[in-house]
Amino acid sequence: MPRFFTQDHEWIDADGDTATVGITEYAQGQLGDIVFVETPDAGKEFARGDDAAVVESVKAASDVYSPVSGTVTEANGDLDDSPELVNEDPEGRGWFFKLALKDRRELDGLMDETKYKAFVDGL
Amino acid sequence: MTETESSETLATLPLDGWHRARGGRMVPFAGYHMPVQYEGVMAEHSWTRRSAGLFDVSHMGQLTVSGPDVDAALEALMPADFKGLGEGRMRYSLLLADNGGILDDLMATRLPDDNVFGAAGFYVVVNGAVKFEDIGHLREHLADEITLNHMEGRALLALQGPKAADALGRLVPGVGDLAFMRGGSFGWQGRGLWISRSGYTGEDGFEISLPAETAEAFAEALCAEPEVKPIGLGARDSLRLEAGLPLYGHDLDPDTTPIAADLGFALSKRRRGEGGFPGAERILKEREDGAIQKRVGLVIDGRQPVREGADVVEADGTMVGRVTSGGFAPTIGKPIAMAYVPWASAEPGTTIHLSQRGKLHRAEVAAMPFVPHRYVRAGAK
Repeated sequence: MPRFFTQDHEWIDADGDTATVGITEYAQGQLGDIVFVETPDAGKEFARGDDAAVVESVKAASDVYSPVSGTVTEANGDLDDSPELVNEDPEGRGWFFKLALKDRRELDGLMDETKYKAFVDGL
Repeated sequence: MTETESSETLATLPLDGWHRARGGRMVPFAGYHMPVQYEGVMAEHSWTRRSAGLFDVSHMGQLTVSGPDVDAALEALMPADFKGLGEGRMRYSLLLADNGGILDDLMATRLPDDNVFGAAGFYVVVNGAVKFEDIGHLREHLADEITLNHMEGRALLALQGPKAADALGRLVPGVGDLAFMRGGSFGWQGRGLWISRSGYTGEDGFEISLPAETAEAFAEALCAEPEVKPIGLGARDSLRLEAGLPLYGHDLDPDTTPIAADLGFALSKRRRGEGGFPGAERILKEREDGAIQKRVGLVIDGRQPVREGADVVEADGTMVGRVTSGGFAPTIGKPIAMAYVPWASAEPGTTIHLSQRGKLHRAEVAAMPFVPHRYVRAGAK
C-alpha cells in the first residue's frame, strides 16, 4: 500500500478508493506531548487543504489539513481517551481519520517516503 | 510562544550555546533565542514539581535604583510600602500608569548597603518583553538625583522545586537559611551572586543573579547535581499557570487594573490608606465597589485545552470576557485557564461558557492556585 506525505507533515495511506490520514513521526516530535485530538465526524466532506482536525499539545493547538479531497468515513475513536497514541505510534495506531477519496489523481502531487525524508532532512 | 520575530533581530543570551549543547529547542521569546523545551514539557514540568528545575530567565531586566529618597520615588510609581521594607526583603509590585493600568509587574528588594551589586537602594527585576519600556518610564518619572542602572552584564537563573535548597546549598552554603521573599549576597568561585528565595512556579526555590561570564560554569555545576535538570519555557508556563500566577502581556496589560487582575494584595495597607500612587482614586474605588471584570481561574470540562484569546460568552453568545492563559495542567491532568469574567460571575463554582474556534466549552470558576504553593516562609521551618 503506497504511503504519501505532505509538506505540512501529514501522511496518507491509499488503499483503493479509501485512505487513512495521520501526522508524521517528525510532526509529533515537533509538537511534543499531545493531550487532545479533535477528529472530524463521519460524513464530513473536505476539499484538499481544508482544516480537518486539531491536535493539541501541552503548549499549543495545531491544525491538521486534509491532504486530498474526500468524505470522512471514520475517525480514530481511540484518540478520545488516549491522545498520547499520536506520540507513541503516529504512523500506526495514532492515525486520525479515514477518507473516501474523491479523486485518486490528487495523490500524484504528494511526496513519497524518500522525498519526504529528504524534505525533512532539509528543514 | 508564537511571537513572530525574524531571527535576525533576535539577541542571544549568555547561556545560548549551553542550551543548544544540552539539546534545548530554541524559539524566539521576548526578543531573544530561548529554550522552549529539552526532553518535553510534561517530563520537565513533573521533574520540577518533584525535584529541581533550572530555568534561564536572563531575558528579564535587572535594575538597581538608588539615590536620595528612593523609597518615596518608587512609591510615587508603585503601590507597595517600600518605606517599610527591611533590608534583604522583597515585594511583588506593579508599575502603574496614571489611570491605574498595569505597565508591568516586578519584584523589588531593598538592598543592604554592602551588596554584590555595589549599589544602595533597590534591586528590581522586570519582565523581559517590556524591560526597555519600563526603563524609559522610570527614567522619565524618577528625579534626576535617582540613579537607574540596567545591569546588562548579569545573567539570571531560577532553580525551582522541592529539592532546590539541597542542590543549591551544596554549591552555595547558607542559601537554605533564606526564607521566602528574602535575598542576600553570596559567592561562588570568587564571583558575587545575589540570591533570593523566590520564583514563579509556585514551588520552593531561588533566583540567582550572577555575572554573565560565570553563568555557563554555574549552570553546568548546578546540573551536575543529581536533583537538577534544565527546564524550558514551555514547562515554566504550565507551572506558573497551575500556580495561578499571572503573566505580563497575557493576563496583565495596561487595560487591567490591580483589582480587576485580582492583585489587591499588592496594595500595601499603608498605601491603601494614604494613596499617592498612580490611579489611586480609581483603584481604591474599585477595591470598594468591584471592577467590571475580574481575573479568575477556570477548570475546563473535557480534555480539550482552551487557549489565550478564546471568548467568555453568555448563553445568547454575547462576548463578556476573554481567556488570557490556557493550557493543559500536567499535575492536575485537565485543561485549566485564566480568564477575565464579569465581576458577578467570578465566584468559585460558577459555571461559565467559552467559545473557541466556533466550539463551545463549559468551565467552572476555580479558586487559585490550582496546585498549592510550597513556599518556605519565615518561621515555618
